[in-house]
Amino acid sequence: MKNKDPDLLLFHAPLLRQGMTTPKAMRDVLYALLPATGASVWFFGLSAVLVLGACIAGAVLAEWFFDNGQPRGASLGDASGVLTGLLLGLTLPPGLPMWMALLGGFVGISLGKVIWGGLGHNLFNPALLGRAFLLATFPIAMTTWVPHGGGGELTGVYASNLALPFMQTGVDGVTAATPLGMLKFDQEVTPLTHLMFGKISGSLGETSGVLLLLGGIYLWLRRDLDWRIPVSILLTVMLFSSVLSLIDAARFPSPLFSVFSGGLLLGAIYMATDPVTSPVTPRGAWIFGIGVGVLVMLIRVFGGLPEGVMYAILLMNAATPLIDRYTQPRVFGRGADSS
Amino acid sequence: MKKNESYEEFIKGIWRDNPVFVQVLGMCPMLAVTNSAINAIAMGMATFFVLVGSSFLVSSFRSWIPKQVRISCFIIIIATFVTVADYTLLALVPKVHKELGAFIPLIVANCMILGRQEAFSSRYPVRLAVMDAIGMAGGFLLALFSLGAIREILGDGALFGFDLFGENFEPWVIMILPPGGFLTLGVILLFFNWFRFKKDEFLAEVAAAERGGN
Amino acid sequence: MNLGAQMNTDGPGSLRLVMTLAIAGLISGIAIIGIYESTLPTITANKARELREAVFKVLPGVSEMQQLVYRDGQLIPTEERRKDEQAVYGGYDREGDFVGYAIPAAGPGFQDTIGLLYGYTPQRKQVLGMEVLESRETPGLGDKIYKDADFVGSFSQLSIDPNIIAVKKGTKSRPNEIDAITGATISSKAVVRIINEAHVEWSVRLPLPGAEPPLREAENASAGDSP
Repeated sequence: MKNKDPDLLLFHAPLLRQGMTTPKAMRDVLYALLPATGASVWFFGLSAVLVLGACIAGAVLAEWFFDNGQPRGASLGDASGVLTGLLLGLTLPPGLPMWMALLGGFVGISLGKVIWGGLGHNLFNPALLGRAFLLATFPIAMTTWVPHGGGGELTGVYASNLALPFMQTGVDGVTAATPLGMLKFDQEVTPLTHLMFGKISGSLGETSGVLLLLGGIYLWLRRDLDWRIPVSILLTVMLFSSVLSLIDAARFPSPLFSVFSGGLLLGAIYMATDPVTSPVTPRGAWIFGIGVGVLVMLIRVFGGLPEGVMYAILLMNAATPLIDRYTQPRVFGRGADSS
Repeated sequence: MKKNESYEEFIKGIWRDNPVFVQVLGMCPMLAVTNSAINAIAMGMATFFVLVGSSFLVSSFRSWIPKQVRISCFIIIIATFVTVADYTLLALVPKVHKELGAFIPLIVANCMILGRQEAFSSRYPVRLAVMDAIGMAGGFLLALFSLGAIREILGDGALFGFDLFGENFEPWVIMILPPGGFLTLGVILLFFNWFRFKKDEFLAEVAAAERGGN
Repeated sequence: MNLGAQMNTDGPGSLRLVMTLAIAGLISGIAIIGIYESTLPTITANKARELREAVFKVLPGVSEMQQLVYRDGQLIPTEERRKDEQAVYGGYDREGDFVGYAIPAAGPGFQDTIGLLYGYTPQRKQVLGMEVLESRETPGLGDKIYKDADFVGSFSQLSIDPNIIAVKKGTKSRPNEIDAITGATISSKAVVRIINEAHVEWSVRLPLPGAEPPLREAENASAGDSP
């Protein structure tokens, strides 16, 4: 701010400023995602860089394209576009053509954020909205998983990444099933250590559970995240799947498998906790988390799809305004009935 | 002067008061059957036939239809034309009829058609009523076709079933599914409103400049 | 503005209102009967042709067909079928010898009901062909159950003893196994399940091999499905 008269400082409220600002919070989340991003590059090589880069480029392009020059709703400068792009990229399969990733980033920001009125006004998590669009639009490419590289092949690029815009991947590469897909369609269980350290095929960010947890702990220490949401999601999932495995251990996965497989950690720690699209009240956060956990397990166990984290979070996003409304704390001095 | 009058009634339905893009009427067939250009055209033609036919009859008999039972009479007339269209399509193009399914009988419930009878045909002479109906139905057809064409090109890589991009095209599956209808319509409406906004802005600027010049 | 002019008078009597509606209804009824009568032959012929084409597709080598209605515990060759009766179609070759049954079946798919017709020969307990008649499966994925030529083709000479089993692509080893479509496992398993269920239902109803109803002479080729 430029002061015309340095002796007279005029500010509007809030007069007390906290250190926490939107760009800072966004940057913290980006730092927290660095280990998992690094792991995706370690496991999938240059492909990871290409897909993540395309997503971020699409997201930032949409931010720039729809930037109307007004301070309200404009968020080009606060890295939230970059974060949306990165989060979206981490949920995508490593072999996805770059043009689809770019489109996903663009749609995520434009339909997920801009048309709602910008950052803070959106009902749904933009990254997940971009992913939902991609999954509905390109169901085959979005469920074609390349086998994990084992790690260290940093210069490897999957041919399908380089498909021309609007064109198919062309080459029929080797494909592999994700642990959840193997469980659902072939009743094969993946060892837990593979799930925790990333020796599995899956989307870019869901290969290493331990690194995602590390980032989550960092965010919790920095007070960037409402711990109630991931904790309630993970507890609900563990409880649900404990009950199921007590009923039939052969058919249903163990609690730890449920937690470490698929995009659950990524979703629970980084997407469900999006402050814009999750409830603000502590009680609401618990309800939100339990809702996500129950929906994830319902979709995984009884639904047609192997994975349901995305739809679970999006559905609970839609319920957030309602949750917030019914969990407002009682105003001091008012009766319990006069809400 | 007279010629201009009928032209005016015609063009307003095509563009200025387009039933879909401006009045946002008839959304049900608009979203449901526009997953390919041919379906959209079939639906548009059926609606065209029904609207022009009923407008002609309603306007011709407008002095004989008592006000108290006018809505019932309009509906009888519209429903008759819809039934005729339904059976004709079933006999001539059974494949298209199967795709359109329940949406042909539902033309009866298209609020655009009843709206035109109530607002226009029952008040104006036959010539104007028919011009108005042709304009509105033409605008509806145009809107259906543009939606159907966009959705078929992106969703199937084809137009009227002819392959446009070759073997390797990756179809945007969402475009042929119902959400694709909402997305496409939303984007088209966005551009329509943006265009009108820009036009108003431009006209205001011109007016301001003229005032300044004087 | 005639409507406006009428409003100022006392308004028409009820007789006039009733008469107007009656006349409108009468004219409308006549118009509808006219269009119904004039299009009915074409519509029936279209339906019959569609059915014949489907039957000929699922029963290769067939040149004649007739509807067999399941009535009082046996199959009766007749064109008349009541709403609550089920029917199959018998296919016969040029000499009039029985080839197989075309059996309509339906059941839940991934999105909506899948309706299909499959050819079945009781002599060899084999499925001879499969044609999807109705489906709203996901375009690009589930619609491969009728667009994927390999999948549709695998329903020929497929043993259904005791039932068909869908297995992962490339692991087919027995004559009653079939490769599921990659990426459309649910839709392809739905097709197999629908056929298996219809097979269980019909196998007790069909007469013993060799005792099939013979082709009726004076078969009216154009007659087909009841409306």
